[in-house]
Amino acid sequence: MTLALFYIAGAIALAATGIALTRVNAIHALIYLVVSLLAVAFIFFLLGAPFAAVLEIVIYAGAIMVLFVFVIMMLNLGNRGTVVEQEMMNPSVWIIPSLLCLILLIELSLSIASLKSETNPIVVSAKEIGISLFGPYVLAVEIASMLLLAGLVAANHIGRRLSKMDQEKDEG
Amino acid sequence: MSEANLPFIGAILLTVVGGAAVLTWFERRLLGIWQDRYGPNRLGPFGILQVAADMLKLLTKHDWIPPFADRFVFVIAPTAIVISMLMAFAVVPFGPDHYLIDMNVGLLFFLAMSSLAVYSVMLGGLASNNKYALLGGLRAAAQMVSYEVFMGLSLMGVVMLSGSFSLVDIVEAQQDGWYFIPQFLGLYVFIIAGIAESHRLPFDLPEAEHELTAGFHTEYGGMKFTMFMLGEYCGLILLSCMITTLFFGGWLGPFFPPLVWFALKTFGFVCFFILLRAAIPRPRYDQLMALGWTVMLPITLINLVATGAIALWMNQA
Repeated sequence: MTLALFYIAGAIALAATGIALTRVNAIHALIYLVVSLLAVAFIFFLLGAPFAAVLEIVIYAGAIMVLFVFVIMMLNLGNRGTVVEQEMMNPSVWIIPSLLCLILLIELSLSIASLKSETNPIVVSAKEIGISLFGPYVLAVEIASMLLLAGLVAANHIGRRLSKMDQEKDEG
Repeated sequence: MSEANLPFIGAILLTVVGGAAVLTWFERRLLGIWQDRYGPNRLGPFGILQVAADMLKLLTKHDWIPPFADRFVFVIAPTAIVISMLMAFAVVPFGPDHYLIDMNVGLLFFLAMSSLAVYSVMLGGLASNNKYALLGGLRAAAQMVSYEVFMGLSLMGVVMLSGSFSLVDIVEAQQDGWYFIPQFLGLYVFIIAGIAESHRLPFDLPEAEHELTAGFHTEYGGMKFTMFMLGEYCGLILLSCMITTLFFGGWLGPFFPPLVWFALKTFGFVCFFILLRAAIPRPRYDQLMALGWTVMLPITLINLVATGAIALWMNQA
């Protein structure tokens, strides 16, 4: 049962990603990408990582993709974007990336084939993730927090300057 | 999930969807009482058949897609909110034995589903290819992404006190005292963020009818419009259920059976949200965003740090 669910979810993820790559309309591509992320989240859930599964939905599907849609709405290119995309769909553009991906895929299949398969996945609880994040991986957490702080400072800086310029414009 | 649960799933879906339908009438009656008028009172006893009349009208209307709209996205958009809201009910514990699944990440599952509901409003606004709808969609995106942050953070105090993401565990941890007392800051932020997230009045800026005609659903009518409304009312019920579960002890209470307590508390919060709609004017959009980042975020962070400190201190003593 679990195996069948796994393969169905995997097939959906692959198909959705493939369709997302070949869409010329950015919004359509994004919708398929969200479907693919949901399928990957479901695979995480099946593999015994419900916490990672839910975070995948909250962060990737629920926040990052929403920001993508937000930017597309702000730019609101309409049909012009589609026309540009159509020109980019030229097959010659695809050759080198496809080749590189193929090499990666072969490497990945070889390394997966050499792994011993685990039939009974262990369910990882949120508590264990917390303990390992603030235990052996605390350095990674701190580095990520510094990166986020830098982003926050930069965003604040950009926001400030714009609002000051707006004030001057209003006064002038 | 076993097959024996299928009738229970059906019962939940029927109750929620039926409840949402009745709520459209109940809200107008209650608003009427608070505003010193009758509201819909003609059809059937107390006007309750108004629900059936509205349904008939909405469902038999011509299902029209504007020629300038993006068909694919336009049709998909209204379904996202209904599906995600109904999915979230899978983790709500209605009673000690009345829940579909007790996930150890139940609370996060609720947050995930409510974050997916954003797509409905955004994509609806974008696909309509109409400037008012686009503005509504933009507002919805910024408002919901911002308030999602506080909504998630405000619940972490509850998680710290109960030590679990599972909603059943959270309710059982409230045997000695409901969390609305130690977590009053969390409750305050969660209620406000919840209204912003379900984009109901007073925070219905994405569809503010006095400035944006009807906002993101300007181009929608008939069945698809009904889906948006259904999703919104399901969201309201879900929000009330979550407040009951997280802060007011869920099914816990003396004398009555657990299900009755859960229903009573949830009903009380639904009424409270309708009262908010009647009592509070709509803020300006920049006021809403400023309130979020300058008031809500500091409050949640203070709540988080204080709760963590007290929890640590209590554990040591």
